Amino acid sequence: MARPVVTRLVLWGALVLLLALPPLVQGLGADFAVGVATRVLIFALVGVSLNLILGYGGMVSFGHAAFFGAGAYVVAILAQHDTQGEPLVTWPIVIDGTQSALIAWPAAMVVSALLALVIGLIALRTSGLYFIMITLAFAQMLYFLFISLRAYGGEDGLSLFARSAAGPLDLADDVHFYYLVLGFVLLALWIKRRLVASRFGRALRGIRDNERRMQALGFPTFRYKLAAFVMAGAVAGLSGALIANQTEFVSPSFLDWQRSGEILVIVILGGMGRVYGPVAGAVAFLLLEEVLSAWTDHWMLVLGPILVLVVLFAKGGIWSLIERGETTDG
Amino acid sequence: MADPLLEIEGLSKAFGAVVACDAVTLSLREGEVHAMIGPNGAGKTTLLGQLTGEIRPDAGRIRFAGEDVTGLPEHARAGRGLARSFQVTSLFSRFTALDNVALAVQAQAGHSFRFWRPAARETALVAPARAALARVGLAERADVPAAALAHGEQRQLEIAMALASGPRLLLLDEPTAGMGHEDSGRMIALLSALKAEGRMTILLIEHDMDVVFALADRITVLVYGQTIATGVPEEIRANSEVRRAYLGEEAAA
Repeated sequence: MARPVVTRLVLWGALVLLLALPPLVQGLGADFAVGVATRVLIFALVGVSLNLILGYGGMVSFGHAAFFGAGAYVVAILAQHDTQGEPLVTWPIVIDGTQSALIAWPAAMVVSALLALVIGLIALRTSGLYFIMITLAFAQMLYFLFISLRAYGGEDGLSLFARSAAGPLDLADDVHFYYLVLGFVLLALWIKRRLVASRFGRALRGIRDNERRMQALGFPTFRYKLAAFVMAGAVAGLSGALIANQTEFVSPSFLDWQRSGEILVIVILGGMGRVYGPVAGAVAFLLLEEVLSAWTDHWMLVLGPILVLVVLFAKGGIWSLIERGETTDG
Repeated sequence: MADPLLEIEGLSKAFGAVVACDAVTLSLREGEVHAMIGPNGAGKTTLLGQLTGEIRPDAGRIRFAGEDVTGLPEHARAGRGLARSFQVTSLFSRFTALDNVALAVQAQAGHSFRFWRPAARETALVAPARAALARVGLAERADVPAAALAHGEQRQLEIAMALASGPRLLLLDEPTAGMGHEDSGRMIALLSALKAEGRMTILLIEHDMDVVFALADRITVLVYGQTIATGVPEEIRANSEVRRAYLGEEAAA
């Protein structure tokens, strides 16, 4: 099915705007906006990852910040070992720290994916409210673990000496970093569109709508849910690696339950089960935060009613105002 | 005679003090339409649940096509050719009729760890799905979301989904439940046509005696979890115990 004209216009317009943003804002003398936009895109990426399991898999994970924060910590911890010249592990093999993006970022994805595998193996045996509670509980366990790790800054967190080294790209340059993050977001969106329309995506959506029937049809539903959960964890880990680079600082607050809540809000605000929804959600959420928090510390007072209105009147989130129905075409 | 397709031996299941299934023994011949009747609460749906693997029996064995499937999970039994339709319509309401059936085809087409090709353009999924829709008379309604179909059409779609996997044994849980006279007549015609093809064995759980006597080769009567009689329709009609326990209500009415 062809996309409606309006959707195409919005998508192409957004793409052009995102590509042209750095020179545009620099021309206006608002260089700081590149950093803000990068942050928005990173949260869009973590939203895209949560949307896979929440919007297409019906798994309401209230612990997504665990994977996000773990990814951030992997980058920060590897970097700290590198700057201090101490190996991370000395037995049975020596693993040195590193500041290379080519090693640290995939490592962040792998660690978050493994974490998702372990948490998923247990949490996915439950559903509904219990699933929400158990994912929350795991994320909080990880939160308190990092608070107690004095070697990695405990409650105070850990500063990065510099952004990761990424070959020809100079990540210390905000514009380079912005385009790299944008590239990741576009790649993730493209992969997700293919994914939800594939056999795997259909199975996942079927499980969301009627798991009992899926089992009766002959689908071993647990393994598909687990696979989606692990994929979402890996992409959240990459987002975490990016946010650690963006802020050059990590702390346990990266993985507390409020952060999980924010990621949920981004997806719900933008539109569950809409591929581009989380991008719209991240833009809306972070820009509202940016604008309102300059005006009052109690900016949540304004966000709350907006969220209520969206949930009541635009059930598919912001993206449903642009496109009706969920995104399922390839 | 050939080996029975399905053999149930001493199957029992209790929920607390309620014995829903009491040492049920039953065998289904390949190619027959076997109806199971009995008053409300006789344990018909519990028996069906144990056959599909949804409910674990307390005791007894189930053999399907010569293999003991008692310990197999639901999806593994479906993979061996056991399909069911639900008493209460259980569809993927946001999916179109075609996609509902395509999902049933996909279930039997190997694993679904295929992440890249759009499933909607896979002939291997879409062609059998269209064929199954045509068999139940829903070809014209392929692109309508399941939620927007009429009740009778949703029941037909249920059957199409069960057919799509090319099952050896079809378990039908009250296929005419909640249907008006006209819809129910159409369902009987559809099931008769399937029976005439002779490719499947059907276990039919049904309340409506018109449906049962129109389709069944043999009938088993279940009362309070126990089988009180099995036989061809004439024998069941003539059986005094059955008349007392069950048919009497109808005869009086």
